[in-house]
Amino acid sequence: MAKRVGIEVSQAIAEAVKMANVDVVAAYPITPQTHIVEHLAQLVADGELDAAYIPVESEHSAMSACLGASAVGARTFTATAGQGLELMHEVLYVASSMRLPVVMTVANRALSAPLSVWCDHSDAMAIRDTGWIQIFAENGQEVIDEVLCAFRIAEDQRVLLPVIVYLDGFLLSHMIEPIYMPEQDEVDKFIPPYQHLLPLNPDKPVTMGAFAPPFIYSETKKAQEVNLTAAKEVILQCWDEFGNIFQRHYSPVDCYRAEDATVLLLTMGSFGETATVAIDKMRNECRNVGLVNLRLWRPFPFAEIRQAVSKAEVLIILDRALSFGGPAGPVCSEIKAALYNEDKKPKVISFVGGLGGRDITPDGFEQIINRGIEISQTGSKQEYEMYGVRE
Amino acid sequence: MEKNAIYIPRVVPRRIREKYAVQAPQLVTKEEYLASGHRFCIGCGEALAVRLACKALGRNSIIVSPTGCTEISTSLIPYTSWCLPWIHTLFENSAAVASGVEAGLKVMMRKGKRPAQDIDVIVMAGDGGTCDIGLQALSGALERGHNFLYICFDNEAYMNTGIQRSSATPFGASTTTSPAGKVSIGQVTWKKNMPAIVAAHDIPYVATASPSYPFDLMDKVAKGVATKGPAYIHILSVCPTGWRSATDLTVRIGSLAVETGIFPLYEIENGKYKLSLDLPQRRPVIDYLKLQGRLRHLSEETVKQIQQRVDKEYAKLMEKVA
Ligand SMILES: Cc1ncc(C[n+]2csc(CCOP(=O)(O)OP(=O)(O)O)c2C)c(N)n1
Ligand code: SF4
Ligand SMILES: [Mg+2]
Repeated sequence: MAKRVGIEVSQAIAEAVKMANVDVVAAYPITPQTHIVEHLAQLVADGELDAAYIPVESEHSAMSACLGASAVGARTFTATAGQGLELMHEVLYVASSMRLPVVMTVANRALSAPLSVWCDHSDAMAIRDTGWIQIFAENGQEVIDEVLCAFRIAEDQRVLLPVIVYLDGFLLSHMIEPIYMPEQDEVDKFIPPYQHLLPLNPDKPVTMGAFAPPFIYSETKKAQEVNLTAAKEVILQCWDEFGNIFQRHYSPVDCYRAEDATVLLLTMGSFGETATVAIDKMRNECRNVGLVNLRLWRPFPFAEIRQAVSKAEVLIILDRALSFGGPAGPVCSEIKAALYNEDKKPKVISFVGGLGGRDITPDGFEQIINRGIEISQTGSKQEYEMYGVRE
Repeated sequence: MEKNAIYIPRVVPRRIREKYAVQAPQLVTKEEYLASGHRFCIGCGEALAVRLACKALGRNSIIVSPTGCTEISTSLIPYTSWCLPWIHTLFENSAAVASGVEAGLKVMMRKGKRPAQDIDVIVMAGDGGTCDIGLQALSGALERGHNFLYICFDNEAYMNTGIQRSSATPFGASTTTSPAGKVSIGQVTWKKNMPAIVAAHDIPYVATASPSYPFDLMDKVAKGVATKGPAYIHILSVCPTGWRSATDLTVRIGSLAVETGIFPLYEIENGKYKLSLDLPQRRPVIDYLKLQGRLRHLSEETVKQIQQRVDKEYAKLMEKVA
């Protein structure tokens, strides 16, 4: 039976990666990801994890080394945050396009300038379209569970795509939480060995990364898109099986007291945990509100989102990133697009908040919900409102 | 070389060659690892150098190439010229990709996830991918001590994108981004000394080579891969398209670069410099410059300046050799 231990989430990630028996870790330190890679380096140094730890000189090289390792068939892991994720940007496309199932955790961090080491989702939004499977975790337990699932999903022969598990920087990465750590034999059973179909191998030479003239480029992209979309089925299966074994159940979209709610708040990441406190309080006051938490960011769960919000009258979306000069926060834009052609859909109200580590308390969530309801009745001159900003 | 003993020796070692009077071509394996039908330009020195290097490497190799002439000329979906396992990902990251390949192979063999096998990891990159945009990744990989061979095919500009200058472009050369004009001679900076930069990392083996000296080139490649730890070979690759030189003069121009002392052939083994070819008398640099459209516009004054610089650099090298 799994034990529940008090452990820092970053350290627990490293322990989970160890249990997944990775072969290669290539990483470059950046706050607030550091504890993950430091602990991994220690596990390798202590001989507890038989892996190559490549202390590369940049995140660009971290992801590049992961490509090389994955191309020879190694199970490969890295972690980063904020600026590091941006520096990886072009390499991320290559990982997904060359079907190299690297697994990465990103401790979300705001982007410079001004420099900020604290959490928001700007880093994740900037790499949204890189073709990775992307999962936002809400709490420490979920991070660990999703990291284990990530290896299985990424390396599934029907998928072969890289996976990012996002955890809010500091808010999750540096928390000490009670976490159920699985037993090694459970993990061994849950994650089968990685078998690259055609690794780099002198006995059977392959050419990887040939260039594509216009007559074939579109076809390669179409194939990739079909593949990423189809990965959703495998993700659902993986979560089902995870639930059967570990009794913790995950779905692309989580609903909290949302069934009969006329007003819904939608969040991603650790916001969800705090928001439930506000929802409980408002429910106690007989307010008909509920919460939707979006977990699977890519492939985007269109059907699940539509279903989750179909009965609500007002949907308030809180983004933790800005789309400068754009229509609203990036999550809100996507959800609006997903709902636009629906016959029955809620009015969508957009908020941006929690940038660069700014906290939002349960009271804050209540204010956001109340203001959202007000806007739904009176309208607003702005495309979105920024919560809690001094002007 | 001994370690791949099941294969026919790719290059007969110099000590044996020197003993017998046999025709040179018979000493090189017939095996081709770079298939014909590639799309390098006619007379391309880089194509020649890649082909020779592959012969010296043999089959148990994994090649990593960045974006550039070699990559673009040898791969185009659905074709490939590579008979060796080969990977291209991006322009500036080949040394990092090779780090992952090398580390991945090693750990997987240790864990029994791949059969134990002697596999060499080799980067084949251009001067842009090496001296400029890829310098950081290369420095990192050298410092970390990965067991790999990095070969820079230096054609002295970004040729793949249309002859733009790089830090390896020689002083005075006219390129599309260092064009000679009414008030400029062309490139106004001196060529970056990449072998010296690599040598400063204290790696066990550094060498310069030229396909105009095929046996020397193949010897060095064979030595480079046999080295434990990082090895680096800088190969001057004449580019008729970018240098605006006659396609049938590629080998000649490559020799002239050596004979003038502009591109001396040497090795640095564990910090010890050794000349590969003694030049009792160097030819004047003009013999080399005048055959190339990119350098033909230079005034007598500039040619003199270049001659002085070459004399000085050559003397510096001689000091290190001595
Ligand atoms: C990040 C990035 N910047 C620029 C380019 C465009 N680019 C591709 S190859 C190349 C030049 C290659 O020069 P070099 O490395 O000397 O190789 P050569 O083609 O001369 O053999 C450039 C500038 C790119 N592919 N990626
Ligand atoms: S441009 Fe120069 S280096 Fe490139 S293929 Fe042509 S001749 Fe060779
Ligand atoms: Mg070049």
